[in-house]
Amino acid sequence: MSDYLKLDHIDKTFTRGGLTSEVLKDVRLTIDKGEFISIIGHSGCGKSTLLNLIAGLTQVTNGAVLFENREVNAPGPERAVVFQNHSLLPWLSVYENVKLAVDKVFSGAKTKAERHDWIMHNLNLVQMGHAKDKKPSEISGGMKQRVGIARALAMEPKILLLDEPFGALDALTRAHLQDSVMDIHARLGNTMIMITHDVDEAVLLSDRIVMMTNGPAATIGEVEEVKLERPRNRLDLVSDLRYIASREAVLRFLYERHRHVEAA
Amino acid sequence: MALPAAQPSNVTVLATKASAASPAAPAAVVALPARKGGAAGLLKSKTMKRLNAIALTVIPPLLVLLAMMLVWEIACNKPGATLPAPSKIWSESKDLITHPFFVAGPQDIGLGLRVMTSLQRVAIGFGLAAVAGVFLGALVGQSVWAMRGLDPIFQVLRTVPPLAWLPISLAAFRDANPSAIFVIFITAIWPVIINTAVGIRNIPQDYRNVAQVLRLNPIEFFFKVMIPSAAPYIFTGLRIGIGLSWLAIVAAEMLTGGVGIGFFIWDAWNSSRLTDIIVALAYIGVIGFALDRIVAFVGVVVTRGTSAS
Ligand SMILES: Nc1ncnc2c1ncn2[C@@H]1O[C@H](COP(=O)(O)OP(=O)(O)OP(=O)(O)O)[C@@H](O)[C@H]1O
Ligand SMILES: [Mg+2]
Repeated sequence: MSDYLKLDHIDKTFTRGGLTSEVLKDVRLTIDKGEFISIIGHSGCGKSTLLNLIAGLTQVTNGAVLFENREVNAPGPERAVVFQNHSLLPWLSVYENVKLAVDKVFSGAKTKAERHDWIMHNLNLVQMGHAKDKKPSEISGGMKQRVGIARALAMEPKILLLDEPFGALDALTRAHLQDSVMDIHARLGNTMIMITHDVDEAVLLSDRIVMMTNGPAATIGEVEEVKLERPRNRLDLVSDLRYIASREAVLRFLYERHRHVEAA
Repeated sequence: MALPAAQPSNVTVLATKASAASPAAPAAVVALPARKGGAAGLLKSKTMKRLNAIALTVIPPLLVLLAMMLVWEIACNKPGATLPAPSKIWSESKDLITHPFFVAGPQDIGLGLRVMTSLQRVAIGFGLAAVAGVFLGALVGQSVWAMRGLDPIFQVLRTVPPLAWLPISLAAFRDANPSAIFVIFITAIWPVIINTAVGIRNIPQDYRNVAQVLRLNPIEFFFKVMIPSAAPYIFTGLRIGIGLSWLAIVAAEMLTGGVGIGFFIWDAWNSSRLTDIIVALAYIGVIGFALDRIVAFVGVVVTRGTSAS
């Protein structure tokens, strides 16, 4: 038995014009199949950098990202990313944005009609089927983010990487999308790694919360395990003692132990 | 406001409609004329608005043109004037103005036909420049090494005036027509290359990341991400390029001969047909304006999605 996804002693330094900055130092983590992991930490500590390393969009300086025992050194559709700012291509309609992904990933495996059904299936999963012919500029921020999620899901990824997927959304839309993500996770059982700034969101969604120390040379400070059974209901959890305990642990880490860069 | 008695049926229909929409009976009476004709009335007011807008853009320049002609007529319509007055142009070059497409001999054809041959050269030269310029621009914008190697060379070459290329291209092609086309090509290509390169360099990292996650191959990336994303920049380059092409073709044709509009001016000068030259100038200006507008319009249509983001 081996690890599904393993971050093996990862260092990451950026070099620009003779200047090197050490962003990540000795990051170690193993993630099981089907787990929901949240990464939380102060701004600029290197969360996106870590996610990009897993996605293969940037390369590690030392160590390795091992996925199913193979080293990750390039991006691929089995590790789909939902980007921080949706990243839909503005000249394509909602449908065409998802189609681009589906045509690429399933060009050999599915017929044209099957691909169409699959695109619509994924758009309907995030309740965006009705807007399929709209351009990204014609839909709201929350809708764009949903299309971004649909595009990522349509690649049938083994791991879904989400970089602050709900960062720019209002509380109601956010809650709605969190429910959608939990629902999708329950139905498809894929592994999810999500960056967030929101402690409640982290506790609500995650199996484990990875807390990062402040940069430079950030690493994993603590890992909080959230042992709440699924499906989870946000209203029931408000008074759940395990929920409150997890929430407090994360808040303490963020605001007491790693408030300032100097304190790290 | 008296309603025309000739349309009683129309009035009753409208009256019921109006009262259904607003229960206030007095208001319905007042509203009647405005609602008259329903959709047709709306259409009418829309076309009125459109006509109004057209009038606003067309009438002022026409008035200015008229005033300019008047001043010109007064200034030149006297014995000893070096340039012909508008009235003289009309009387001497009337056939050129009124019959753009006449054919009276191999060298004696209407200005419309001459413009067509010039446009044909521009179409070939500019078309080649557009395709080659986009590819080279994409290369320079995408690859750091291509930029380091090619950009300085482009920057030097683009300052060479179009006509300076003509002797070299005449020597290389040994024929007037391909030489003129080459001059168009070499004139129009630089702004296309440079603007495309800027557009490619400005492709947001997000789009590149999306392409990488999808594992788009270079050809897919070129057509599905690079071109649409850089399209606003590309069209800026194309618009500058078409303007320069039109500038260059007239000059090139003056030197290479043939039936183009440029050579016509040169020929008219040699046979002292000043009025013909002035008519030809008007043709060139109008066609250049139209070319610019066409490229701009295509740009607006093509980049609608991109610029709206
Ligand atoms: N391409 C790069 N070149 C140089 N430095 C970089 C690069 N990308 C990120 N960094 C640096 O790495 C550090 C971490 O950046 P990162 O984007 O991972 O932070 P983050 O935790 O995602 O922050 P936020 O929560 O604000 O999104 C920052 O100090 C940033 O300046
Ligand atoms: Mg980030």
